[in-house]
Amino acid sequence: MRVSLADMEPGQSGVLVEILGGHGMIRRLDALGLRLCKRIRKVSSMLMRGPVVVEVDGFQVAIGYGMASRIILEIMEE
Amino acid sequence: MRILLMGNPNVGKSVVFSRLTGARVIASNYPGTTVSFTSGYMHLNGKRVEVIDVPGTYTLDPTSKAEEVAVQMLEEAGPDDVVIIVVDATRLERNLNLTLQLLERNIPVVVALNMWDDAKHKGISIDVQKLEEILGVPVIPTVAVSGEGISDLAARISEARTGNMDPHDVEERWSHIGNIVTQVQKITHRHHTFRDVLEELSVKPISGLPMAAAIVWVAFKIIRFIGEGLIGYIFDPLFSKLYAPLMMRLSALLGGAGFLHDILIGKLIDGEIDFTQSFGLLSTGFYVPLAMVLPYVLAFYAILGIMEDFGYLPRLAVLLDNVMHRVGLHGQAIVPTILGLGCTVPGALASRILETRRERFIVLTLLAIAVPCTAQTAMIVGLVGKHGGRYLLIVYGTLAVLWLGMGYILNKVVKGESPEILLEIPSYHLPPVIPLAKKLWMRMAGFLKDAVPFMLLGIVLMNIFFTTGLVDLAAKVFGPVITRMMGLPKTVIVALMMGFLRKDVAVGMLAPLGLTVKQLVIATTVLAIYFPCIAAFVVLLKELGIKDMAKSAGIMLALAIIVGSLLNLLWRG
Repeated sequence: MRVSLADMEPGQSGVLVEILGGHGMIRRLDALGLRLCKRIRKVSSMLMRGPVVVEVDGFQVAIGYGMASRIILEIMEE
Repeated sequence: MRILLMGNPNVGKSVVFSRLTGARVIASNYPGTTVSFTSGYMHLNGKRVEVIDVPGTYTLDPTSKAEEVAVQMLEEAGPDDVVIIVVDATRLERNLNLTLQLLERNIPVVVALNMWDDAKHKGISIDVQKLEEILGVPVIPTVAVSGEGISDLAARISEARTGNMDPHDVEERWSHIGNIVTQVQKITHRHHTFRDVLEELSVKPISGLPMAAAIVWVAFKIIRFIGEGLIGYIFDPLFSKLYAPLMMRLSALLGGAGFLHDILIGKLIDGEIDFTQSFGLLSTGFYVPLAMVLPYVLAFYAILGIMEDFGYLPRLAVLLDNVMHRVGLHGQAIVPTILGLGCTVPGALASRILETRRERFIVLTLLAIAVPCTAQTAMIVGLVGKHGGRYLLIVYGTLAVLWLGMGYILNKVVKGESPEILLEIPSYHLPPVIPLAKKLWMRMAGFLKDAVPFMLLGIVLMNIFFTTGLVDLAAKVFGPVITRMMGLPKTVIVALMMGFLRKDVAVGMLAPLGLTVKQLVIATTVLAIYFPCIAAFVVLLKELGIKDMAKSAGIMLALAIIVGSLLNLLWRG
């Protein structure tokens, strides 16, 4: 199942399959270790379209809601 | 030869820097930018070598101003310069991206594999020898916070070499990194530690928001406790028991009155020196900054330093990002705002972490209007607080409403958009004592250097204003606004004039005027809003430029009059 990071439930994990953004956004995410094929776990999201916190490679990254809704993951069933 | 210290943000680069260099460090701006960096010196084989702490960067393909500067500084490196790249051993893969990019360039490199102890705790083991072989440059495990490995690092700087890496494109580089990581790194499974749990809880809204409220509340309690303790048991007794008799003798020597006496000692009140009301250079001039303000500033920066180095502020930024966006800001704007509660000057400088001009204009204007500094707060608490906590609540409640309201309006009015947050959240770390103490010391020295001279200048100017009748003139011109609209006596004009110089003194000047509680509350609120002190003004002017500063100042003056009048109108009794 494909879903955006913004729509994912906290606690769910997935593999990053698509970034719906320009070159600049892809580069900025890449610098923080968020790139295609990475396994990502959503830690939490703030209320009312606040930022999303994810864990990638054992550390946390906060991502604004707008950006998070353009990051698409394939959910892993456990 | 120079040493450039490079690395990702949050890898402990600054701690490595402070371990390598001595006490004398200089912070400067990269020419033509607002990006600042620090430099210092270390001794290497009997020679004095400059060490530069380059702004943190994730990549040499810059994505922000700070990263552009980092790349520029690297490109300006001379032929005998050396790069120490500080790598977070717990985040090897991502850190190797920058390392490989550096090794593809023709510059000698040494790798400091920092947070080595943390990696062990997290069950990550790295084959250092193998990594050295693959990269072709020295790799030294370090624990900067404890100093472990730093002398090895210094000893092996002379072995710095250009690495054996061919240029890659992005895809190739990542697959190469993947290969390296599988060869050198082993992760043994381990159970979640208390720290992991804490890190998760602090970014979940249900647990994080109450935690944030509790942390901020406790922080302010501790600051008050330390501040009051220092004043009550150390500074005030020192002044009243030791210093006052000395000054009384000097006063007698000067004849108890006259121009020189008034400048140095000030006016005697009931035949005694009153350190808050006499307004002499040697009495109030030293008492206010040292015995009333310094203890709070010390307490504030001690607690803030711990919160910063523990890694709490980025989490606060994430939790508050939503609220901050409503006022046109980014969660990270919480950092300059909190710093501004200490002093507007470092707060204004910290606004540089914000990328857009629009955000910086909003955060700086809000800072100047509605975020009183510790010096001012110390005086307000002393003066207004003794009439009861609810009056303090009126002052600070008004400022909080103003901060939110003005932010909301500025967000609608100022053109442009504020970018979304995208931020790495560092792990929690128990901050090491020595770098903490170093930072506290630098901040205290900065405060004293700013506060004391302006304080003394202010007192001289006040005396001159009074003797030349300038005060009467100002009172005549601005009198109607102050008396009719705000319901304050004309004498308040003196404090308002003083407020241009220093806010804490200005609040102190309200003490001898015999104001009612209502007038006191209005006067302190207006003082907080209407204009920043001279030191803050200079920094704001530099940060904003003349045009935006003029706009910002216009907003401040207008708001001061409106809020002062409204308070006067709404408050009956």
